[in-house]
Amino acid sequence: MTGMRAGVFLFAIPGLAFVFAWHIAVGAKVIPLRTVVEALVAYDETLFDHVVIRDLRVPRALIGAAAGAGLAVAGALMQGVTRNPLADPGLLGLLAGASFLVVLGSFAGLSAPSAIPALAAVGALGAAALVWGIASAVPGGATPMTLVLAGAAVTAFLAALTAIMLLLDETSFDSLRVWLTGTLAGTRGATEIWAVAWLALGLTVALSASRQVTALAMGDDAATGLGVNVQKLRLAILLSVVALTASAVALVGPMGFVGLVVPHIVRLTVGHDYRLIVPGAALGGAIFMLLADIAARMLLAPVEISTGLITALVGAPFFVWLVRARL
Amino acid sequence: MPEDTLNSTMIVGSNIRPAPTLRVDNIRVAYGNTPIIDALSLDIKSGALTAIIGPNGCGKSTLLKAMARVLPVQSGHVLLNATPIHDMPTREVAKTMALLPQGPVAPEGLRVKELVAQGRFPHRSLIRQWSRDDAEAVARAMAATDIQAFADRPIDALSGGQRQRVWIAMVLAQNTPVLFLDEPTTFLDLKVQVDLMTLLRRVAHEDGRTLVVVMHELNVASAFADQLVMMRGGAVIAQGAVNDVFTQDNLLSVFDLSARVLMDPESGRPVCIPQVSP
Repeated sequence: MTGMRAGVFLFAIPGLAFVFAWHIAVGAKVIPLRTVVEALVAYDETLFDHVVIRDLRVPRALIGAAAGAGLAVAGALMQGVTRNPLADPGLLGLLAGASFLVVLGSFAGLSAPSAIPALAAVGALGAAALVWGIASAVPGGATPMTLVLAGAAVTAFLAALTAIMLLLDETSFDSLRVWLTGTLAGTRGATEIWAVAWLALGLTVALSASRQVTALAMGDDAATGLGVNVQKLRLAILLSVVALTASAVALVGPMGFVGLVVPHIVRLTVGHDYRLIVPGAALGGAIFMLLADIAARMLLAPVEISTGLITALVGAPFFVWLVRARL
Repeated sequence: MPEDTLNSTMIVGSNIRPAPTLRVDNIRVAYGNTPIIDALSLDIKSGALTAIIGPNGCGKSTLLKAMARVLPVQSGHVLLNATPIHDMPTREVAKTMALLPQGPVAPEGLRVKELVAQGRFPHRSLIRQWSRDDAEAVARAMAATDIQAFADRPIDALSGGQRQRVWIAMVLAQNTPVLFLDEPTTFLDLKVQVDLMTLLRRVAHEDGRTLVVVMHELNVASAFADQLVMMRGGAVIAQGAVNDVFTQDNLLSVFDLSARVLMDPESGRPVCIPQVSP
């Protein structure tokens, strides 16, 4: 059974390679897939298309894949550890907290490449603590519903504060305004290097803890009985979720619903063991994000819309379905 | 064969460590500042089934959780072969003692086989992957609990009794010489309770494992336990062999229950019949 489920990866990996190539082919000028493959395997700097592919499109595809993987793994971990099918970095306020602090940092002159993921991490952690605190203080405690409501309130509040800061200086925050809708357009220079380091940290912790997450999903007592150090594991998972969220926000802005949608789809194909769910979510998140970005560039071509709008258009109905089917 | 009839496969497992001694030494357990248990000491008989009974809120679950190191002790020790378990790495403890908590929850959609395989958790690591020992332990546990027929079904699709057998299979697969079970038979039909207790008693007697079971049904406890521990108000009021402890006086003082205690001539075990006031 597990073997058959692991076989899904045999399709997912070529699938990702195909979507990656397709993503590179799409753009202001459509480049044939054949040229894309040639540029990847036999780069020729005298060909204009090859230069476009290497300097613009491959970085964009890599950023998208990395951010998608990070958000999906963060969502999967949150859902597993909290036993909450609605857990997601966006719905629980982490994305709003991360982007709020990044904008606040820019406002205060803190926009060094190394500072952005760090600010995003502190913001995500603070928002998570705030949402958890509010939901726990409500009569009945932190249930999936109170967490989502607290997440919505904190997100709205932080978005308002962010909007005020942007209004104070309209011109210099123009690029941030686009970034805040979730976009793969426009690179932020050395920030990517730092963001990828945070992503690597988060993924390493997630993969090494994945086996214990399945045990923890049976409840604290059962997990302890099996030999899981519950407190230590929770802390490691929190670290991982914050690092993954921070890296994704630094790369593409607060991209909603990826962490909600992808893990549920992955569970349908690989089952409920987190040793398969975590790598599955990483692959699935990358594919999902690239497909969303392809749609963002094709739907109203030649006008390009923010990728975050596409993930929201897909994610919001999915959220409604989840609430109806699972709560 | 009807689903709820347990088969007679031998349970005897290989690689089970010999039953260690288990002692509770003067422990105090509290939720916040409210002590639930204070100055409680207890010796658990090795290789036998001990049932802990007592009225609601008497601290029997709390005692079990403290023994299984799910709850911390504020003072005193739980000693496994004279080593305090609260000082041992939790993974090491899990190779010696298994816990089935009260009303456990299965991760949604997990299949029976996958849940039982979770019992192998403490024996595996990132480096040590699934081995023949693991496969054997899982197969044996599933045979002993007679759940092979629904190995590939999701847990949510099972009846209460079947689900409880799956959980018991999981803790059996852990292959530990000590097992703690918190109300494994509550809310189940009497027939299902009897089947489960028959299985647990065989685990104790045939495997020589030490079982400590928190129970609600007095007559089922008396019929299947080797040892009884009666608790009230966070203290042990009586303990020992069933026939010595399961008496009219003890039922009255521990449960405020007026009951006649009769001997079942066939099993030689006591049975209580509550007195109904006219």
